[in-house]
Amino acid sequence: MKKSTFLVFTMPSFIMMTLFIALPLLIVLIQSFQFNQDVLETIERENCDPFGCKTETITVPVLDENGNKIKNNIWVGFQNYKNILKFEQLSSVISNDGFEWSKIRSIDFYKALRFTLTFTFITLPFVIILGLILALCVNVLINRLKGPIIFITLLPFIITPVIGALSIKWLFIGDGILTLFLENILDKDIALFSQGWTIEILMLFYRVWHTIPFAFVIFYAGLQTVDKEKIEAAFVDGANRLQRLRFIIIPHIMPLIVFVALIHLMDSYRVFDEIVGFSASGFRISLQWMTYDFLRIDDSGTRSIGRASATSVLTMIGIIIILIPVLRRTFKEQKEKRL
Amino acid sequence: MKKILVLFAIFTSFFFLAGTNAKACELNNSVPVTSLSAGFDAWKVVTSAMEECGNFTPTLDQEYRDKLVASLESNPSQFTMAGVSASTNVSVLDAGVTRPLDDLVAKYGDSLQDNQKIVIDGKIMAIAMMTNAQHLFYREDILSDLGIDIPTTYDELLKAAKVIKDAGVVDYPLGGTFKSGWNLGEEFVNMYLGFADSFFDGNMPAVNNNDGYETLKMMKKLTEYMDPEYLTSDSTYVQQQFQQGKIALANLWASRAGAMDNAEESTVVGLVKFASAPKAKKNGKPASTLWWDGVVIAKNVTDEEAEAAFKLAMVGLDPANLGANPEAAPWLSNAFDPAPSNIGAILTAKSGAAPYPASAKMSTLHGVLGAAIGDYLTGAATAKATLEKIEADYITAATEKGLL
Repeated sequence: MKKSTFLVFTMPSFIMMTLFIALPLLIVLIQSFQFNQDVLETIERENCDPFGCKTETITVPVLDENGNKIKNNIWVGFQNYKNILKFEQLSSVISNDGFEWSKIRSIDFYKALRFTLTFTFITLPFVIILGLILALCVNVLINRLKGPIIFITLLPFIITPVIGALSIKWLFIGDGILTLFLENILDKDIALFSQGWTIEILMLFYRVWHTIPFAFVIFYAGLQTVDKEKIEAAFVDGANRLQRLRFIIIPHIMPLIVFVALIHLMDSYRVFDEIVGFSASGFRISLQWMTYDFLRIDDSGTRSIGRASATSVLTMIGIIIILIPVLRRTFKEQKEKRL
Repeated sequence: MKKILVLFAIFTSFFFLAGTNAKACELNNSVPVTSLSAGFDAWKVVTSAMEECGNFTPTLDQEYRDKLVASLESNPSQFTMAGVSASTNVSVLDAGVTRPLDDLVAKYGDSLQDNQKIVIDGKIMAIAMMTNAQHLFYREDILSDLGIDIPTTYDELLKAAKVIKDAGVVDYPLGGTFKSGWNLGEEFVNMYLGFADSFFDGNMPAVNNNDGYETLKMMKKLTEYMDPEYLTSDSTYVQQQFQQGKIALANLWASRAGAMDNAEESTVVGLVKFASAPKAKKNGKPASTLWWDGVVIAKNVTDEEAEAAFKLAMVGLDPANLGANPEAAPWLSNAFDPAPSNIGAILTAKSGAAPYPASAKMSTLHGVLGAAIGDYLTGAATAKATLEKIEADYITAATEKGLL
């Protein structure tokens, strides 16, 4: 292909990517080094409400001639990162009391990081193994059944994540039907939303249930391309079912497994819907939830854009670190193929 | 690649009351008017009367505070008018997104009383319609069966809770709006004001002291008698616990009192009675804060729209409409006698509860409180560490906002 043709074809997507991916990223990065403040002044204000009048000295934003708040971006270096990572507190905890997890946990970032990592790495094997098993099972079904079964299997994936999380919560919270059912069987009072670990298990379960169909569909498609002759040859050579799976099928769909792992790692590191859907923020928070919480307007009408951007950047760095081993593997394979 | 999506607000829902109790509107409204407000009963009463006049679209959303300032800030404003509380009114005032109502009040506001006018530096900036406060709800039948007097202090409340628990007549003796976030922060604010007077010493937070410690300890004692899932329990949840006969005592919002006798939802019609919020200290003031809710009109709308919105609001706040629904809230109107369900709020105010000390500083502290206290209640952090964390988090947030 001529260079000019290539440029013409790629230019639209290049422009789009710059506009909608690179630029926002750059802005987030810049904001993470700034405080976004209103210009404030201290005034005396007389305030009469149903409970009486009083004059109070208060701090209010200065408004410009159009009546809009005047915003001020102040460069603060790494202050936002320091406010989130709290290294001083961390080092004092470690040096004074030995390594005490409960004290480190009181710093929001490490609490969120702990949950995010556990969430990501515990769900991963479940999604891949259960997805593969499901794909293998459906693959041996008679053709007439395949369509309907695939459709039903896909349902959890179609449900909007927040809605799915809410419905699972309502099944279990308070005297939800499933809690009542469990209480009947076990004959004791169960409160799944009264401590962190039970909510955590529910959230893990929900994510696995929600993502398996994705893994399943990819693996199922991969299984269709397995060379039948190879399988037959292995069969003739006396390889049993497990050996055929291990030496022929899995190596064949390995690139797909890596792909699913990649997507799942990226997705689950951004865990957010579950925290909101399960009202879990009292017990468990995730990195992405922290970003959201910083971005939420409080009653004074302001939000912490600086810290929100800083957590975003940290989340991004985290995702990159997690993906490095997987990406390196893929690059290596590509290289080998070319050689 | 990702850019933050502020994903959604869970719209508690859009409620529409069948217009059985609102009389048809005499005003024929031709200008489209929209409103954003919380979704509790009082707002349903007001907005459904306004809907009768035509061309009016209310949005009733319990999480309205998340989008209030942002939606009024745009030009033109996303909503013609909004329902605010004592605290959210500060945020719209500070942002300068609401308009003075003096002209409109002079023209159309004959039915308003002086105590409904929220006057800031001589200008009417909002019209209050009701007061609100968290106060004691109790099951009269259970207390009299067990020979318990109505608790007036939190120590008495805890004793009563113990007796009720031992008798085993309900699932949990107490209910509480302890959902982490704003609700939990409000519980701390209420209890703290029962022990102390002020949250600030100059610009610095002053809760890391003995009063703060006592407040936390009392909150933890209360949770021992609650449904263990208290960190997910908001006003609606506590209301339902009462309605389903699962709890006997709670400090709940006055705006929820009417629902106790709603025969369609409640299994305890006529059994729940109301009293002043208990005191934290024997001779102190009730551990509660007084709130008002009312209407503001956006600055970034045309004068014509603002006029139509105000006229509609006067239909919604008409004493005849409020008087037809006296149980929905402690209305500010003197035109009719308050319903029995309003007695708790009145008693709480009479016993000297403080108004919510709304300000930018307070809102910041409120947010910090709501996020930090959960760990103490679940036992993940000590009271001392929690109070230190509150102070440190406040300083971080306030520095970032430029308040310090």
